[in-house]
Amino acid sequence: MTRALAIASCEMRILQRNLWLVVATVIMVLFALALTFAGSAPTGALGVDMLTISVASMTTLSVYLAPLLALMISFDAIAGDADRGSLALLLSYPASRGEVLLGKFIAHLSALAIAMVIGFGSAGMVAAWFGGAGAESLLALARLIATSIILGAVFITLGYLVSSLATSSTAAAGMSAGLWLIFVVLYDLGLLGAVVMDEGGSFTQTIFPWLMVANPADAFRVWNIAASEGVALTSGMTGAAQALPIWAAPASLLAWPLIGFAAARLAFRRIEP
Amino acid sequence: MTADVLNISNVDKDRGKTRVLNDVSLMVQPGERVALLGHNGAGKSTLIKSILGLTPIHSGAITVDGAAPGTGAARRATAYLPEAVSFHPALTGREQLTLFAKLDGAKADVAGLLKRVGLSDALDRRIGTYSKGMRQRLGLAQVLLGKPAVALLDEPTSGLDPISRQDLYAIIDQLAGQGTAVLIASHALTEVEARTDRIAIMSKGHLVADDTLTGLSRRAGLPIRLRVRATDNADAIAAQIGGQRINGASVELHCTPDDKMAQLRRITDLGDAVADLEITPPKLEDLYRHFAAQDASEDLS
Repeated sequence: MTRALAIASCEMRILQRNLWLVVATVIMVLFALALTFAGSAPTGALGVDMLTISVASMTTLSVYLAPLLALMISFDAIAGDADRGSLALLLSYPASRGEVLLGKFIAHLSALAIAMVIGFGSAGMVAAWFGGAGAESLLALARLIATSIILGAVFITLGYLVSSLATSSTAAAGMSAGLWLIFVVLYDLGLLGAVVMDEGGSFTQTIFPWLMVANPADAFRVWNIAASEGVALTSGMTGAAQALPIWAAPASLLAWPLIGFAAARLAFRRIEP
Repeated sequence: MTADVLNISNVDKDRGKTRVLNDVSLMVQPGERVALLGHNGAGKSTLIKSILGLTPIHSGAITVDGAAPGTGAARRATAYLPEAVSFHPALTGREQLTLFAKLDGAKADVAGLLKRVGLSDALDRRIGTYSKGMRQRLGLAQVLLGKPAVALLDEPTSGLDPISRQDLYAIIDQLAGQGTAVLIASHALTEVEARTDRIAIMSKGHLVADDTLTGLSRRAGLPIRLRVRATDNADAIAAQIGGQRINGASVELHCTPDDKMAQLRRITDLGDAVADLEITPPKLEDLYRHFAAQDASEDLS
């Protein structure tokens, strides 16, 4: 564990120096603030406070942004070291491959968490200041931040997976872009197409919700919507979320980082630097 | 006689259809400096990676200080300098070396080690600003961490200026002096010649030679070259002692080590006709070519 922490502290320093931490935090703050102000119009009509609307908008934002930032931080983690030739040296030390991966994960997840907390936190504070907030909307904000970090964790581990499978840093970047597109855009489009074809048949009723929640990005969305009535109301996405037991989305989202890490660990083991 | 700290016996390794290591056996004792020579693709780096446990072998056995490659004990006992090493440009030399010390689990005088390799001034500068030679020195500093039992250096002199090379070999001597078995894969034949105890030559996955320089010379039976410069008539000298006229004033002839003194006597008998005499024993370069080529011709037959 000390070895993993030693690697983590070095990786954290690198993220500070190459400005990743600053850039990611600025991106999060800007997007979150922009959505909060742009989405503040329907407050009166729906009878919810501004923070609730802000959280609903930011949930949609996070589905795209959390995986993107996570992959950006992680795609180079192994391929980059292999390209530089420093991976062989690192692995000649007593640290095991699991410890190396864990050390990087701790640093990358911490950096992502910092960006999420500051980004969503500042937007939430602004919304609460101008439009009021209640216990429920504050809880929704906390849930959004926590689940965004878990969603980020999923894609950090998936980034390690492609980084281990790719032969170079450039290939890893391309594969990451493909991965993001599949999970965040194409998967949903495919499901949507299937639902349209099915015309409300048994697929739509029974299989579709489970298929949807199997995707971590959708599980994240469903979890946030199902847990808060206000958020569900403002996002207009109640139907699908209600078709599933309450534990389905959290179980899927929490299982994914473990699956991703195990897969990355397996792929990393096969590398001969 | 001390036990071998690095023990490689009958190692085979295939990569696809090609056999990249073929029945390789090599022992290195504590404090011994062994040069590992060979063309690109001869299997030097593969052998080193097998010793590190980074790539599997298909038969045979390797032990490092009694432990199997890749185990915690073997990794702690081994130091490695990769070819053309590079580090993350955003870290400073001190931070990078501190990380390695922590991974090694050893208390280390990081500043002292960096001073030893001549990087005191660059201690807290980012590695991105280092020259190639400085990065190589930083790589060398991490080899010195925690008194390794075995040090594996892959092309350690690449990118170093002549003075740095002298420093490098001084450090290698120091390592050997503290009992580390040093294996140096290299192309720089002339340097290796003077600075190692034993020479191993690889060719196409085979270990074709493993001996001291004198031992290799004897086995190869390569001729000693005598070059006689004539005072005025080179043709006359060539006629008397044999050999070949190579330019207007010199005659060159080859002889075996046993025949050398007899030849010299015949030459001195010529008296004033000889202006100068040059004796060149076979160089490592000739030996290397001999052993590497011998194996290639065996493959053809």
